[in-house]
Amino acid sequence: MMDRYTLLQKIGIYFGIAVFLTFILLPFFEMFMTSLKPLNHILRAPYQFWSDDFSFDAYTRMWERVPLLGRYIWNSIFIATTVTIIAMIVIVPAAYAYARLDFPFKTQSLGLFLSVNMFAGAVLLIPLYKLMRTLGLLNTYWAMIIPGVAFLIPTGIWLLRGYLEKIPKEMEEAAYMDGASRLYTLRRVILPLAGPGLVVVATTVFITAYAQQYLFAVTFNSNGNLHPLPVGLLQFIGYQNVEWNMMMAAALTGITPVLLVFLFLQRYLVAGLTAGAVKE
Amino acid sequence: MTMALGTTRQERVRRRALSDRAFAWILIAPAILFIAVIVAWPLVETIRLSFTNASLAGEEYVGFANYEKLFQGGKFGEIILRTFVWMFFSVSLKLVLGLIGASLLMAVVPGQALFRILIMPPWVIPIAMGCLGWLWLFNGDFGIISGVAQKIGITDGPFAFLAYKTSAFWSAIVTDAWVGTPMVTLFFLAAMQGVPRDLYEAAWVDGASRWYRFRRITIPQIMPVIVSMALMSAIWTFNSFEIIWILTQGGPRGGTTTMIIDTYKVAIANLQFGEGAARAVIIVIMLALFSLLYLWVLGRVNRKYGVK
Repeated sequence: MMDRYTLLQKIGIYFGIAVFLTFILLPFFEMFMTSLKPLNHILRAPYQFWSDDFSFDAYTRMWERVPLLGRYIWNSIFIATTVTIIAMIVIVPAAYAYARLDFPFKTQSLGLFLSVNMFAGAVLLIPLYKLMRTLGLLNTYWAMIIPGVAFLIPTGIWLLRGYLEKIPKEMEEAAYMDGASRLYTLRRVILPLAGPGLVVVATTVFITAYAQQYLFAVTFNSNGNLHPLPVGLLQFIGYQNVEWNMMMAAALTGITPVLLVFLFLQRYLVAGLTAGAVKE
Repeated sequence: MTMALGTTRQERVRRRALSDRAFAWILIAPAILFIAVIVAWPLVETIRLSFTNASLAGEEYVGFANYEKLFQGGKFGEIILRTFVWMFFSVSLKLVLGLIGASLLMAVVPGQALFRILIMPPWVIPIAMGCLGWLWLFNGDFGIISGVAQKIGITDGPFAFLAYKTSAFWSAIVTDAWVGTPMVTLFFLAAMQGVPRDLYEAAWVDGASRWYRFRRITIPQIMPVIVSMALMSAIWTFNSFEIIWILTQGGPRGGTTTMIIDTYKVAIANLQFGEGAARAVIIVIMLALFSLLYLWVLGRVNRKYGVK
């Protein structure tokens, strides 16, 4: 009853949502419209909303104009996937330790981990650049993967710890009683039970890794074959002119994989991320 | 016999506690290693470099020269001020939009589930790509904003948002708010869903209006989340690099140069590592102060609004 609205209120709500969503989705709309316009049309003023020569040409021609486009998309996915795998290998044991074990400096060390969140890569770029050069990692995938992993570890530990804490302690104790080793228990008892938590954390890590490839790529990599998509897109800026329609088409094509991942997992993701915001 | 058994159990407990400790450190070791190499060491190295004139040519100890140079002339003060103005408006915009968005998405209307999904794309996609869309939107000749403004007669001719100091600054704020709004909305939405329904029902029975319920129940109930989002997004906005770099590279004429952009320009674009490091150190000090403020404020808010 409390949730019943008058017609006027309903109109107001839908109008508000429409305005809000317009703000959120406007850049995507604009990118899509631009991708449909022939190049000579794009640069024509005044602005035209629709014309008959709109086509999907750019979506086929972009692969010829920048032959490495497929490679860039692959690089983006490869970098994000590798970051996710390495990050999870580091995050899972650490999160388990913070969820279950007692050890000296537990709270303090977790606090220190979380304080990493206040730094962005941009502040530490100078020594990181020197480090990558010394290790001979400049212009390799590793220069984009390793720093990416480090900045995702703290949040990952924090998120996963919350899930592991909810698994009943009795399960582990039963396993110990049966003489199982610690590692066996972690692998065969805890991890299967933590399935949904692992999915949430891994997806969050993947999306963040996919979203934040620009800085390290632009600073540590000058090998054109290894660029992730956000940097590779700049190839559409040619010597003569910028092929905006293809650039937008390529950008939209490149974000489709993450949007799909998100669509499939959004229910878990939203619940998992905001679990900390709601106190039971 | 009993005594012997007692000892073994005690011993076993002690041994397990010991190996608990060792086991924990083994489990955390990889994480510590990563942070030590990629965050902790670079941090120490940045501090050291800030006292040198390091460049590609080499380095020499110069004492506080970099810092003195930084604070001579008003330019750096101007950048600090701009950073804070940028942070204040961007964070405020995110919070206001987040509150409005979350309230709208709380309304029980058909399509609610779909709307909740549709607000997420800016968070999911690479920031750089979203900026590309905005780059186009802000374009004077062929962007839709300028196009619509001309059609309905707000402006006479094309208006290039990124070409003038003030409009470029506000454009960057709008873009940053756009990137951050979905996350803020999502957290507010989750917090609002956690407010006990009987509070609203009691107020509704007493005849309280929607606005009154929002002001007197929703806002106080989700206050800890509002405060924590405000401070967290303040830190993110302070650190935000890609958005400004892609839109304007800090221009026109320095109009969008924040502390992070300034540091990047000096250190990476001009390869003056020492002077760049001094700027980075000041950023780190400010971030540390923010974080302390964050913990202090959050503690107070949680006490005041009765959340543990």
